[in-house]
Amino acid sequence: MSELPLWAAVPVAMLVVAGGLLTLLGCIGLVRFQSFYARIHAPTLGTSFGMIFVSLASIIYFSVTGMRFASHELLLIVFVTITTPATLMLLARAALHRDRAEGRSDVPLPRSMRQNEDT
Amino acid sequence: MNRVFPHPVLSLGLLVIWLILQQSLSPGNIVLGAIIAIGAGAATGALALTRPKLKKPWLVPVLFVVVTIDIIRSNVAVAWLILTQGSGPGTARFLEIPLELRDPNGLVFLSMIITSTPGTVWVEHDQQANTLLLHILDVIDEQEWIDTIKGRYERLILEILA
Repeated sequence: MSELPLWAAVPVAMLVVAGGLLTLLGCIGLVRFQSFYARIHAPTLGTSFGMIFVSLASIIYFSVTGMRFASHELLLIVFVTITTPATLMLLARAALHRDRAEGRSDVPLPRSMRQNEDT
Repeated sequence: MNRVFPHPVLSLGLLVIWLILQQSLSPGNIVLGAIIAIGAGAATGALALTRPKLKKPWLVPVLFVVVTIDIIRSNVAVAWLILTQGSGPGTARFLEIPLELRDPNGLVFLSMIITSTPGTVWVEHDQQANTLLLHILDVIDEQEWIDTIKGRYERLILEILA
């Protein structure tokens, strides 16, 4: 692999550090937030712009050193973006189902079970 | 379209994805990719999905830009919340939003937009009442969130599909 010129090394380094910091922050939030529903928000930092910054850095790095446009990462961005919601929604719905089954009062009941409310 | 190509756009998309993955435009890869694309397209025909009808496809890039800007803004907002409110913000709560959108494909789009934006998660959709239950990390003004979801995303999706 050939040497990476400075004009490319600077944005690559900045993007990798920014993406890494965002992902790290997401992980810190995941650990430190207290409730499950607050926690599921934190890792989306890593799966949105954390992932996009690192992928962009990878595109620049391999396009410059390999002398051709590296396009794999574009697919990576698309697939992470369309698959993450499925996992998140599954987790959120499973947690809600559990909390409702346990009769916890801090989660909303299904609509069919609260018809006397004005919502 | 017919039984061989129930989803021509999907098949074409799969072929493009295959060629990007292989990073090659050789005839062999085009033939192999076409076989896979046609086969997968025919297989999804069995699922009897409704094909989205885009009435105003030129609004799709507008929606894309709006969503990208919002994802950038909410990345900053959630990162700031993690830094400043270590143990979790006291403003996290569920929020129910009445929807006008009923098209299944439109709802898929809306769910992806809402869930890929940090700070909002799609929790439940009530098909009878057509309401959406979200969990939002930082609710200061409920109406502001309802206006964002309905005004920025739902209105555009309705316009694209209607």
